[in-house]
Amino acid sequence: MTKAFFARLASALALVAVVVMLAPVAQAQVNPTQSSVNEDALFQALGTSGTVSGRVTIPDQASGNLIAPENKSWAVLQGQTLHALSIWAVVGMVVLLALFYMLRGRIRIDGGFSGRKILRFNAIERFAHWTLASTFIILALTGLNLIIGKSVILPLVGESAFGTLSAWGKIAHNYLAWPFMAALVLILLLWVIHNVPNKLDWQWLKMGGGILKKGVHPPARKFNAGQKLIFWAVILGGAALSWTGIMLLFPAEAGTAADWQFYQTIHALVAAGLSALVIAHIYIGSVGMEGAFDAMGSGEVDENWAKEHHSLWVEEVKSTQERNTAQVQTPAE
Amino acid sequence: MARMKFLCDADRCIECQACVTACKNEHEVPWGINRRRVVTINDGLPGERSVSMACMHCTDAPCAAVCPVDCFYTTADAVVLHNKDTCIGCGYCSYACPFGAPQYPQTANFGTRGKMDKCTYCSGGPEEDMSQAEYVKYGSNRLAEGKLPLCAEMCSTKALLAGDGDIIAEIYRERVVTRGYGSGAWGWRTAYGETVTV
Repeated sequence: MTKAFFARLASALALVAVVVMLAPVAQAQVNPTQSSVNEDALFQALGTSGTVSGRVTIPDQASGNLIAPENKSWAVLQGQTLHALSIWAVVGMVVLLALFYMLRGRIRIDGGFSGRKILRFNAIERFAHWTLASTFIILALTGLNLIIGKSVILPLVGESAFGTLSAWGKIAHNYLAWPFMAALVLILLLWVIHNVPNKLDWQWLKMGGGILKKGVHPPARKFNAGQKLIFWAVILGGAALSWTGIMLLFPAEAGTAADWQFYQTIHALVAAGLSALVIAHIYIGSVGMEGAFDAMGSGEVDENWAKEHHSLWVEEVKSTQERNTAQVQTPAE
Repeated sequence: MARMKFLCDADRCIECQACVTACKNEHEVPWGINRRRVVTINDGLPGERSVSMACMHCTDAPCAAVCPVDCFYTTADAVVLHNKDTCIGCGYCSYACPFGAPQYPQTANFGTRGKMDKCTYCSGGPEEDMSQAEYVKYGSNRLAEGKLPLCAEMCSTKALLAGDGDIIAEIYRERVVTRGYGSGAWGWRTAYGETVTV
C-alpha cells in the first residue's frame, strides 16, 4: 500500500514539475504584446493611402473598411478646391464678358438690317438646341448649387428653404440628365458634318474671328472656328459629364469609394469649365451680337448678318436656291 | 464643456456585438442601418483584434465640409450632429467620412438615398431635447438625461469608452501602462489629429 502511495506521489510530482517547467512557454504563447495588431504599425505597413479593413458580421461588406484617412483628402478637394474653382470659373467669365462689352460694345451688323431673311436653322435643329440648352442650364444651376449654394443661396433664404430647394434641385438634376444626353446625341448627328475642322478655321483663328476689330469678317461656312470650338467642347465635355454622371447616379456600379470620388471631381471640373464657356456662348448669341439671336429664335437670320459672319455659307445657300428654281422653271419632259 | 470622444480598447474587445445591439435597441434604428459596427482585423490570425466603430465626432469633420446644404453642426460637447429636415440624401458625407459612419435608410432609382442617419453620441438632434419628434428622427437623447452613450455604458469588458477625451485617454493610458501593451487608440489620429501616447 505504501509502495503504491509513493508511486502515485512520484508521478504527481513529476506532473507538477512538467507543468512548472512548461508554464513560461505557455505564457509566452498567449502574450498579446508579441503579435497584437497596432494601429500605427498597420498604417505604416499600408502606406499613405491605406485603408484599415477587416471582417464584419453584417451583410454590408463595405463596412469592413474601418479607417480610410484618404477620404479626408477628397473632403478638402470637394469642400474647398472645387468650391473656389467653380466660383472663379463663373464669376471670372462674367467679369471678362462685362469688360469685353465695355470695350467692344455690341457687335453691330455693319451693313445694317437688309430686311431679307435666310433660313439658318430648321425646326429640328432648333428643337435639339433648345432641349440641350434648357436642360443644360437647369443642370448647371442645380449642380452649381450643390457646390457653391451653401455660401451663396443659403445665407439668403435660410437653412430650411435651402434644404427644400436643394432636394428639388437634386431630383431635377437626376432626371433632366437623360433628355440632356438625348439632345447631345441629336446635336452630334445633326451638326458633326458641319464641324469638321479645315484650313478655313486656321485663317479664322489667325484673324481672331474678327471679334476684336470692327468691320473685320473672316470668311466662314455654316459654322466658323469659334462655333466649331464650342461644338466640340459641348460634345466632348457633355460626353464626359454624361459618363461620370451615370457613374454618380449608380454609385454601386462606379466601383470603390475612391473611384466615385474621382468621377465626382471630373464631373465638377468639366461642369465648371463648360458652364463658363456656355455663359460666353449665351452672351455672344444675345446681347453680344446684333442679329445673332434670330438664328436660334425664329431660325431665320438677316441676309446682311449672314453675309458678314458666314459669307461662304450664304453663297452655298444661294447657289442651291438658284439651282432649285432653275429646275422648277424648266421641268423635265 | 467636455470634448466628447469614443475610444475602443481593442485589446479588451471580445466582438460580442453588445454595443451594436444596444445602439439599435436604444434608438429603434431601422433595418439595414448600423450606426455602430464591430470590425475584426487579422481575423483568425495571431494578434487578431476587434474594434467597435461608429461616428468619431471628428474635429473639423470632413462630412460637414462636403455637405452641400450645410446640415451638420457641432454641439457644445463637440458632438457632430446633423439636421435631417435639411439633409437631401446626396451621399457626399459617406464618401468624405473616414469611418463609414453615414448610413442611408433606403435606396431607390438612380442611387437615391433617404435622409442620412448616423451615431448621435446618444444626444439626439436639433429638435427639443427628449421630445417625441427628436426620438423619431434621431433616437433617444441620453446626454440630455445626464447619461453617456449606451454602447459604451453596457460594454461587457469596458473596451468601449465614451466621455471627455482627456479622461478616457487617461484611463486608456493607465491600462496600457499596467498591462504593458496596447494596440492604440483606433481612429484617433484620423479623427482628432492626435493619438494617445503612453
